[in-house]
Amino acid sequence: MVDMKDPHIPVVGVVTDIRIDTPDVKTFRVVTPDGKKAFEHKPGQCAMLSIPGVGEAMFSITSSPTNTEFMEFSIKKCGCVTEWLHSMEVGQQITIRGPYGNAFPVDTAFVGKDMLFIAGGIGLAPLRSVINYCRHYRDRYGKIDIVYGSRSMEDLVDYKEIIEEWSNDAGVNVHLTIDREQPEWTGHVGFVPNYVKELGFTTDKIAILCGPPIMIKFTLAGLQEIGFDKTQVYTTMELRMKCGVGKCGRCNIGAKYVCKDGPVFRCDEVDELPDEY
Amino acid sequence: MQEITRDVLVNKASELMSAGTVDRVLGWMRGEFDYDITPAVFSTEEELKNNFVWNDFCGANFSKYLIRETQKSENKVLVFLKPCDTYSFNQLLTEHRFDREKVYAVGIPCNGMVDMTEIKKANEAIKAIEESGDSIVVKTLYDGDVTLDRADVLLERCKNCKSKKHVAYDELIGDDGEIIESARFDEVAKLEKMTADERYAFWQNELSRCIRCNACRDICPACTCEKCVFDNPNSGVENKAPADSFEEKMFHIIRAFHVAGRCTDCGECSRVCPQGIPLHLLNRKFISDINEFYGEYQAGSEVGNRAPIVNYTTEDLEPGEAVGRGGIDA
Amino acid sequence: MRKISLDKLDLLFSEIAKSAKLYLPVDTDNGAKYDVWEDGKKLSDALNTVRSAKDFFFPQTENLMDFKMSGKNIEIIDTRSECEDFVVFGVRACDVKSFEILDRVFLADPVDTFYKNRREHGVIISMACNKPAETCFCKTFGIDASEPCGDIATWKTDDALFLDAKTEKGEKLLSALEKITEAAKDADAEPQKALIKERLARLPLAELETSAFGNGKTNELFNAPEWKDLSESCLGCGTCTFVCPTCQCYDIKDFNTGNGVKRFRCWDSCMYSEFTRMAHGNNRLSQLERFRQRFMHKLVYYPTNNDGLFSCVGCGRCINKCPINMNIVKVMKKLGGKKNG
Repeated sequence: MVDMKDPHIPVVGVVTDIRIDTPDVKTFRVVTPDGKKAFEHKPGQCAMLSIPGVGEAMFSITSSPTNTEFMEFSIKKCGCVTEWLHSMEVGQQITIRGPYGNAFPVDTAFVGKDMLFIAGGIGLAPLRSVINYCRHYRDRYGKIDIVYGSRSMEDLVDYKEIIEEWSNDAGVNVHLTIDREQPEWTGHVGFVPNYVKELGFTTDKIAILCGPPIMIKFTLAGLQEIGFDKTQVYTTMELRMKCGVGKCGRCNIGAKYVCKDGPVFRCDEVDELPDEY
Repeated sequence: MQEITRDVLVNKASELMSAGTVDRVLGWMRGEFDYDITPAVFSTEEELKNNFVWNDFCGANFSKYLIRETQKSENKVLVFLKPCDTYSFNQLLTEHRFDREKVYAVGIPCNGMVDMTEIKKANEAIKAIEESGDSIVVKTLYDGDVTLDRADVLLERCKNCKSKKHVAYDELIGDDGEIIESARFDEVAKLEKMTADERYAFWQNELSRCIRCNACRDICPACTCEKCVFDNPNSGVENKAPADSFEEKMFHIIRAFHVAGRCTDCGECSRVCPQGIPLHLLNRKFISDINEFYGEYQAGSEVGNRAPIVNYTTEDLEPGEAVGRGGIDA
Repeated sequence: MRKISLDKLDLLFSEIAKSAKLYLPVDTDNGAKYDVWEDGKKLSDALNTVRSAKDFFFPQTENLMDFKMSGKNIEIIDTRSECEDFVVFGVRACDVKSFEILDRVFLADPVDTFYKNRREHGVIISMACNKPAETCFCKTFGIDASEPCGDIATWKTDDALFLDAKTEKGEKLLSALEKITEAAKDADAEPQKALIKERLARLPLAELETSAFGNGKTNELFNAPEWKDLSESCLGCGTCTFVCPTCQCYDIKDFNTGNGVKRFRCWDSCMYSEFTRMAHGNNRLSQLERFRQRFMHKLVYYPTNNDGLFSCVGCGRCINKCPINMNIVKVMKKLGGKKNG
């Protein structure tokens, strides 16, 4: 019996690369001690990372499943665990378990569709996995638009990858924006929800929203204004989690557990949940 | 038996409500049975008429509820206070925890409240409980009626009642009583007579039952911090089951230290403990020590009095002397 | 069906204790509690234990794993070991039902092996309730205290204990007890069952019913104005959750022993202010929201996810123990429409 795998027991992961993305976001590359991926996942799924003695927390897996060598996590410094992660050096071991949660329906509802990704700040983290998945299987999807905004130029996560890779792909349009003017910034200035309206997308797309709740709220309203139906819009949620497998009882909204039934929800499904988010 | 009937209190509350003196009433709401009474805020005379109750099971001390309740509205709230509740009331005012101007306090006499846990120890399946003079008649579903001596089934704090006198009120119903020379320190004396090992074993046994539900802290009128240290996940002593028994004991000891000199001995901690731990004894030991070291002191006896342990005087006991004066094994 | 005379209960217990650790309710100064049987320990007559029987499978605190740290390296030490066989005697029908409710959480994929380990090694001997109390409402949740489930069900009459195996595990244990028990006819226990049935029907809470709750009632109940009054005097303590046989929320915490790290889990309560607090916010800031969560979970969310099964067994512990006497019965009566009025 005790030979059975228990969902609470993690495996050891080694941090093999740390990239400084923004003043408060770092991206960590994680493999097992023998240099492999800890497990396979689908775009949108999460993993529990921990430092024994400090704590365990849930993070979305930022790398695409199509990356066969390692997993990446873009993590913003905002609490005990993340502060510790930010102070780590390459070679540090952590623990990892997962994958948790549902995933974006990349192989069903998204197939053949034009995709509109809208992210704010660290909200790009869960989307990067899907974006790179769609780029990898480019012919399965239509046109790709990416609207991404942050407080400032320095706060844009994955900036190098966005400029050097995403922007250069055929059929991928990247629209960046920052909240306030900056001398060295020549791009758009303004909040994401307004920018989305200004860009005025056609409504024959799937939209995926990820960012702070307030951004999601206004962007969704904006999308609806220009004719999107809630069934075309997907988002992700984040609540406090401990077990990651729908047992410890704290990440529910109504009868849905964000760790197990989420983090990905279609916006019409969100409507059916009680207003507790 | 209560001298003041429910109707007297309902009428008083309705009167004050219709006169516009208060717009809501903190009172006891009837439950499913005679004994499961819930503290409630009544905002209509209709609610009062239908659901207000005053019987042997109105143990709840409303003083702490005033902190929250006075923040809700600019209007006055009526609160019914038993004599012992008035000490908590004063202590909270001393600590500036609520606005006195927003409260209309009606003092009501009390003959002691009955301990349902005590009744249920010997009687199960209780249909009804009636008062009859100095007796309590417990009507059971299967074993007929059982008559108990009321004095035997009072809450511990009522068996050892320290005061029938109200120390605060705007209006008093009935006659005021006297401060009582109670035997409340007898249990403390018993603990003091024990050897350190015996005392350790006593508390080990009692505190081992703790389930860290925090009911003692949450009911305690002296525990009014906006943010309790035990609610801090980084404190290492969070409001959860403990990692080891050391942590379990520390919770109660830290709490006892924190309320020392402010605890009025209202006994709510022991009344609500689901595991029957005599938590009041920890606090009472502090009270007894304060009395001994600094002279008789009753927290909450008047508003604004300075507790000896936060009020330095040149006559204060030197720390070294405490060792020789009992309570601590030399 | 087998039977044994009541004066031979000690013999029964010692026989069971030969093969496995035996727990049974015993009286203490603070009500009944489960304790390990040893010679001289008497079975309590109390209707139920203060703490529920969930502790056997989901203890208040348990170690999940250890870590050894050295430099940048971490070693994960799996501390699980096969649980010893144990028998719990005298579990009431409500608490037996609570195991089914816990099973659906802990044994759902992915299986919680800590729970499963104990569950597989535990044998439940239930006992029918001769004197159901005024606080009992198991009937509301489809539980029949005259026909308790478990591995072996028992009925206590004035002079004998009747035992009936309900599962393979139960049959195995009961057949091992054949030497000391005697054969009995099912009909022999019938008068006792009938007596209990009649008592259950006359309980003060016998009419409490659930039609206002369950799958699909979320939106209707979530915004009900009644939550305000119901939660008004809630202290936000965890008493109800901790005495409840079906409450199973837990926290996972690390404890630095100075010689490595222990990761343990412990009961947690949705009533606590920190329950849903994250580094960047808390989605249930008021006690109303936390209070509502607990009852919505039991009466709506859990049944929605579990084929209509409610996450309450009507044991009445919350009625007895809530410091302010607020409980699920009052919630159901207030929210349950005219029928529960």
